[in-house]
Amino acid sequence: MTETTTETRPAPELDEATLRGGFTWQRLFGSWRTAGIAIPFAILFIILSISSGPFLHTTNLINILDQQASTLCIAAAGTLVLITGGIDLSVGATYGLSTVVAGQIAAHHSPVLAIFAGIGVGVAVGLVNGLIRTIFKINPLITTLAMSFVIGGLALKVSAGNLIVLSPTGGFFKFANAQFLTVPSAVWITVVVITVLGLLLSRTTFGRYMVASGGNEEAARLAGVRVNLVRVIAFTLSGAAAGLGGVIDISRLLSAQAASGGNTLSFTVLAGIVVGGTSIAGGEGSVWRTGLGVLFIALIGNGIDLLGIDPLYQNIVLGAILLVAVGLDSWARSRRR
Amino acid sequence: MSSSTIENGPQRTADTPGGDLVVAGVSKRFGGVPALTDISLTIEPGKVHALIGENGAGKSTLGKIISGVLQPDEGHMTLAGEPLVLRSPREGLAHGIVTIAQELAIVPGLTVAENVYLGSQIATAGFVRRRDMRRQFRELAHHVGFDLSPDVRAGNLSTADMQKVEIMRALSRNAAVVVMDEPSAALSGRESAALHEIIRSLAQRGSAVVLISHFLSEVLSLSHTITTLRDGRLVRTVDAAGATEESLIEGMLGRSLSSVFPEKVVVSSNAPTVLEVEHLSAPGVHDCSFVLRRGEILGIAGLVGAGRSELARAIFRDAKVTSGSVRLSGRDLGGHSPHRSINSGLAFIPESRKAMGLMMSRSIKENVSLSRLGSVSRLGWIAPLRERRTVSKLMERTTVKASGMGQTVSMLSGGNQQKLLFARTIMCSPAVLIADEPTRGVDVGSKRAIYDLLAEMAQEGQGVIVISSELEEVLGLAHRVIVMRHGRIITELSGDDMNEQAVLAAAFAETSSH
Repeated sequence: MTETTTETRPAPELDEATLRGGFTWQRLFGSWRTAGIAIPFAILFIILSISSGPFLHTTNLINILDQQASTLCIAAAGTLVLITGGIDLSVGATYGLSTVVAGQIAAHHSPVLAIFAGIGVGVAVGLVNGLIRTIFKINPLITTLAMSFVIGGLALKVSAGNLIVLSPTGGFFKFANAQFLTVPSAVWITVVVITVLGLLLSRTTFGRYMVASGGNEEAARLAGVRVNLVRVIAFTLSGAAAGLGGVIDISRLLSAQAASGGNTLSFTVLAGIVVGGTSIAGGEGSVWRTGLGVLFIALIGNGIDLLGIDPLYQNIVLGAILLVAVGLDSWARSRRR
Repeated sequence: MSSSTIENGPQRTADTPGGDLVVAGVSKRFGGVPALTDISLTIEPGKVHALIGENGAGKSTLGKIISGVLQPDEGHMTLAGEPLVLRSPREGLAHGIVTIAQELAIVPGLTVAENVYLGSQIATAGFVRRRDMRRQFRELAHHVGFDLSPDVRAGNLSTADMQKVEIMRALSRNAAVVVMDEPSAALSGRESAALHEIIRSLAQRGSAVVLISHFLSEVLSLSHTITTLRDGRLVRTVDAAGATEESLIEGMLGRSLSSVFPEKVVVSSNAPTVLEVEHLSAPGVHDCSFVLRRGEILGIAGLVGAGRSELARAIFRDAKVTSGSVRLSGRDLGGHSPHRSINSGLAFIPESRKAMGLMMSRSIKENVSLSRLGSVSRLGWIAPLRERRTVSKLMERTTVKASGMGQTVSMLSGGNQQKLLFARTIMCSPAVLIADEPTRGVDVGSKRAIYDLLAEMAQEGQGVIVISSELEEVLGLAHRVIVMRHGRIITELSGDDMNEQAVLAAAFAETSSH
């Protein structure tokens, strides 16, 4: 179909520079956003390596990754929600619900069922979020905030307010703790999630549709993008990731209660995404940069621990960094108009 | 082209006493596109001065400059002999210049009286003195003959009553100059009559009224002086007593159409029908029927708000269709979404490329390939080289000038941005293209390129619908023109009947009947 119209004129000479894309402002800005997280991350990493002996130990680094596994997964999917022009504040509560559901099932039934149930809970929540957002056109911030209360209540109901403790002998324990090349499976799962979601965003038609939906909803719709469908899928992925995060952590820690996760997790995830340079206004962002953003925040916490600085400063520093990240984003957007 | 016959020169001001508002040599550009060029006129107190012209002639822009919403790029203004520099509508208000705009500026949550005295509250130490405010309101309402309760929430009022609130706000400030932009557009016949009375009384009380209106009969019956604008230039300023509807329409008419437009290719009389619209009704569209043949360019003309864009969006299934049918190449166009319409072979270029067309912060490549990503990908996986080849060809074909296909769209000129929408459309190879205001805010060179693209697409066998507020564009491009008014198709013109006079007469027809 396309060929018939584009071939009506002699095909223009395609110089490779045009096809590969030469220097453009887009590239400069793209790399600028990358530099905005990559350079501070590298600097922080070097400072910690020099100033703290234990920091560079493999055990410490793997430990950081292991601890951040669930946050990284959730933030990777949350990036997609932000790019489509939404926001998901219910991930913390979803994570909590997933831990208690998976925990209850793992205690009495098969580990595989527990894993699927935990993720399934997340999928269901994400789907509901997406449908409420698109069908009733309720602001996603309010939708997911309200949902987080509902889910939090459900989680309390499921756990009957109790702490769920599992034994480290079952197969369920292996889900996140099996070692492969001296790295726990939780980290491997995270690597897979980030890779898959990163490629989904940058290399597929669906990734383009997500960016278009967030970049200009009306234009995307009129260009034939099913914006509502795209948004529901993004929310569902976010919910699924929150469910997965919950399963990873209960398998890792073997204890769960309804209140684990909560709004703190939602905000940590959001902070990681924004520090990674994803635009809060949608239409701009990257999954692997979110990974750097989450780890950057984790390094600050780790560094403060290792250097024996008063942990009180951690939140102050985090808040300041967040403001800088959002400020730079809005500055970049205003420059482009 | 710029041969303006100014019969009421601005120099007259020197000897008239009091508050003449003089506009001298004012020009205004929007992103390089001239909206007003060298406008000079004098607005006298106690008189109604009408500004008329086609859509986009610059009437509203001039009104906004007078009230301080916009600042002129060149030229200056004086009020009662004093230089008048307005950096904001607030500064305009300080000089007694009040606007009653097309879009009403009412705070829905406040009461009627609070709205009237908004910004000039009667207050002691920050506390509003409600009783005084109500008393003053009643006096004012009695004076102008409005029957409005001061305590009703403004948000509950009808449009006409909201307008009354705005007018009272203007009056409460003893406005020296009142700018009214299409004040009767939202009103019923009876309400219009009431408004006309108010306009007259405003003038009698010594205010200068600037009346911007599409309705020629209204203009003729109310105003003392009439200024006609065309393409941002002042055609002439005349005494209303000597003017007729015919003379005004003649003044609004344009220049010669030759050479600007590609030559029209005759559509063979047995060319098959590609689009049949039957009794289509949707919000803002009533019972519209027409057909479009292969290779034909159909123009849709009408005033702003006549339902042209609404019709386009109804055909494209972007609006809820209440009744009627659309058949594309003989098949019923089902579905309820642009997604389906595009897949069925219908393409649409919306009127606002920034709001509805492009993702401004994304690259040329992403913007062009968006509608047909499937054709450059396999199983959802984009083939980068194939995509670049396709986009590169399309950029060549639509003569987009850019540093590369990775360039951010917001960095491009309006003309190049518009061409990207055409590139996207050509990639869809539709059976029918609907282009809504395809050259709005586009420089002259790009205009010609876009006209050529439209003509080429028709020659290649597509059916093309062009909606435009620029009459000469419609007439210069289209084989056939339909004229809309109030959501209905009023008339269909072709051949020798297709001229500006006939189109304007149809578009304005209602004014003559009232």
